[in-house]
Amino acid sequence: MTMAKKTNEAERQRDTIEKSLKQLGNLIYDQINEGEFPWIMMQSRSIDNIQYDTAVRQYILGDRMIKRHSRNIKHIRPFTQLVWTAWFARELVKLRKTSTLREVYYSARGQRDIEYADQQESDNIITDLEVALNKAREEFGIFPEERSAIFGDLTIEYTVPGYEGRKTNLTDHPDGVMVGPAVTSSEFVETTANKILVIEKGAMFTRLVEEQAHKKFNAILIHTAGQSPRSTRSIIHRLNKDYNMPVYIFTDGDPWGVHIAMVIVSGSANAAHLRGLTTPDAKWIGVWASDIINYKLPTENLTDFDKKRLIELQEDPRYKEEPWNREIETFIKIQKKAELEAFSRYGLTYIVDKYLPEKLAES
Amino acid sequence: MTQQEYQSVSPSDFFYRNREIAGFSNPSRAIYVGVRELLENSLDACESAQRPPNIYLRISEVSTQNNENGTAIYYIRVEDNGTGVPAEQIPACFTQVFYGSKYTLKQSRGTFGLGGTMTILFGQITTHKPVIVTSSTGEEIHQYEMMIDIQRNQAQILRHSIYANEKKWQGTIVELQMEGDYPRIQSRMIEYLKQTAMVNPYLDLTFVDPKNRLYRFERGTVKMPPLPKTVRPHPHGIDVETFRRLISITKSKDMKNFMIDHFQGIGSITAERFLAFAGIDSKQKPINLSPEEIVKAVYAAKDYSDFIRPDSSCLSPISPELLETGIKKELDLTDDDFIKTVQRPAATYSGYPFVIEAAIVAGKTVRKIGQGIHLYRFANRIPLLFDESSCVSFKVISKNINWKTYKVEQDTSLVVVIHVCSTKIPYKSVGKEFLADQPEVEKEITNAIREAARDLRIFISRSYKLERQRHRLNIFGKYLPKIAEFAKKLSDRIDIPAIEKLLTEVSKDKANDDDEEENGSLENNGILPEPEEIVEEIIKEVEVVDDDGKENK
Repeated sequence: MTMAKKTNEAERQRDTIEKSLKQLGNLIYDQINEGEFPWIMMQSRSIDNIQYDTAVRQYILGDRMIKRHSRNIKHIRPFTQLVWTAWFARELVKLRKTSTLREVYYSARGQRDIEYADQQESDNIITDLEVALNKAREEFGIFPEERSAIFGDLTIEYTVPGYEGRKTNLTDHPDGVMVGPAVTSSEFVETTANKILVIEKGAMFTRLVEEQAHKKFNAILIHTAGQSPRSTRSIIHRLNKDYNMPVYIFTDGDPWGVHIAMVIVSGSANAAHLRGLTTPDAKWIGVWASDIINYKLPTENLTDFDKKRLIELQEDPRYKEEPWNREIETFIKIQKKAELEAFSRYGLTYIVDKYLPEKLAES
Repeated sequence: MTQQEYQSVSPSDFFYRNREIAGFSNPSRAIYVGVRELLENSLDACESAQRPPNIYLRISEVSTQNNENGTAIYYIRVEDNGTGVPAEQIPACFTQVFYGSKYTLKQSRGTFGLGGTMTILFGQITTHKPVIVTSSTGEEIHQYEMMIDIQRNQAQILRHSIYANEKKWQGTIVELQMEGDYPRIQSRMIEYLKQTAMVNPYLDLTFVDPKNRLYRFERGTVKMPPLPKTVRPHPHGIDVETFRRLISITKSKDMKNFMIDHFQGIGSITAERFLAFAGIDSKQKPINLSPEEIVKAVYAAKDYSDFIRPDSSCLSPISPELLETGIKKELDLTDDDFIKTVQRPAATYSGYPFVIEAAIVAGKTVRKIGQGIHLYRFANRIPLLFDESSCVSFKVISKNINWKTYKVEQDTSLVVVIHVCSTKIPYKSVGKEFLADQPEVEKEITNAIREAARDLRIFISRSYKLERQRHRLNIFGKYLPKIAEFAKKLSDRIDIPAIEKLLTEVSKDKANDDDEEENGSLENNGILPEPEEIVEEIIKEVEVVDDDGKENK
């Protein structure tokens, strides 16, 4: 399939973000110039203003706004940090550079009077900037540390400086390609795949590559390495939405695995201010609690921590639907859990030869 | 059967054998106590002349002894401008240990009533050198070189010279030698002199130490507190021996007149009632009282509750004004520092009147001394330097007072001064360095500190407000320029927008407008253990909170 290439999409996006950052600068500059203490309004990110929206099928921020006002002695420090971070982000966009959250934190420390107690404080201000501008930080070049990977027959074209126009096929590297700023900002050119398989664990990802699962299932393989980073969720979203590829998520059979799948489907409360990170139609296909029974998988007992987490999940409105509700009840019933690697008991290729085809057919 | 020989011991002999009782327990303590005795004699001499004292003190090293404990022989000279001692009384005054012969009371410094005799005695037994006393009452100058005949308790005069006194000099000079260890007591000695200057602000003191360093303690005033009056004893405070002696010398014709003549505050009605209470015939001749009746009378005097309160005119408190002068000059306080001095009304314990004076000092100057509470204790204008933690005043500041009430935190620097004056200071031990837990005294010290601390609370909240104000200005002064700078860069403008107007606005703020953060920190630090408050006092402290509430408006 040749993908409809969106010409200069990246260029256009950069332009927009730079403009909104400059606009923020204008706003503050003019306030000071008029002898006013500068302030900005933004949506409140406090817990009571985060709600699940059944229409968009994700968490969203409510209507409550807060005013961050430099006249307030408790606000002036974060306000100053926000202005500095906006300036730093604009420099990144202008120079077409990217930076990790940690680098932003250390860059601030190079500035006199821009102080952070720890990286958490800096990360928080970056999230504030996202809310204030209604943009994801990746758009202004700030990324987390990368750990997830992608593999499969997908040709991409880089847009990052020095690589503009350069193409690569994601099967070129048998270890998978790391999902970093370059992959995230690339254009998708061509693919033969018609589905996406998302795998929680590195070992299983490697197993699938080795067993040529991408050919066998016509799939792009994505390794989340635990809870998937936002850039990875954004790629899954793009491939699903723009290219109509169904998404199948494959995690450990325990409450933590279940939730990794759920975050890909409907997002997290922390990212309630952002859109374009969720894939509501993605399907969690395993490992289900019922798979543990049906496939007679080797198991471990649930820990107290696991049990507590299951109860928490039951209270989350998103888990009222199937198969979530049914599987969680089954976990509670059998008091067992199983890892992806548990299928090795039937031989290394069993999962590709038997289990996955069955589960895909089922869904 | 062996023959046991008994012999009587003269008072000098007794103190010679038991010198640690008088404080001469080790070489460093000895030199400290020696100087103290001589200096306090001089102060008394000047005060009874109502003349601001000029005292010169010199300690120099005569020779270093080659012994292991590192002591040396010191020469001590104390010179004052007091009344001087009449020539014929000099030998007895300085070399005899004798019992007091007066049956009246008044506040005096003398820790032991022995004057400097013990010092002279100690000098003599450690160096075998005579004491030289030079004195004049304004006529010719008499100089005695003397030693003490310890067994006979009398002076052994080696030389008596008389000099003309053209300049009409008046005063006394005592010169003696003693073994001691000055380096080990040096810091205490300086502290002692400093505190003496603090509590006697009319004193001008010059001190030259063994290394020829000069210390000057200049007077802050020439005003002196009035001399205490001499009063007859209060019946509550009488003991059997004193009562017996009074009986033996009295000229009163019967017990009723005896009570009126020898005790304070007793008229014929009270005398009659008391003697009836004691079961003693008011017509009886005092001299005929049996020993049992004497004991009965003394106990009855303690139990009888209708005597009027002891007369406090025998006391001579320093006065808040003079105490403030002394503290200000010795601590180098500035006008920005806080000082509050208070004087409590006279109170009594066991028949002895006493007055508590107290001061609290806070502010920048005190902060230089260090964190926490620094306690200065005085008894009858004498500094008490040792055994602080055993003293009732220490108990008061560490247990009775809830410093939180006064916004004092753990890191607040405070000086607390306590002065007790009484005809009988309630010392707890023979060392006479700390006060016993007399409930009445403890209560009065607590009340005095609370009274002074009320103003402290206002001072501290004002300082907090100023501090907060400064803090706010600092915060805005730090961040506003940054906001302006990066707003300029972010918006691609050329000039940095002016923030002066905004800063001016901040400086006009009332500091107590908002500031949730600072309010929190006030309550965080627990300081001292919760006090066992006296009920009536709690009510007063609640009122203080209200006062401050008004203050905030």
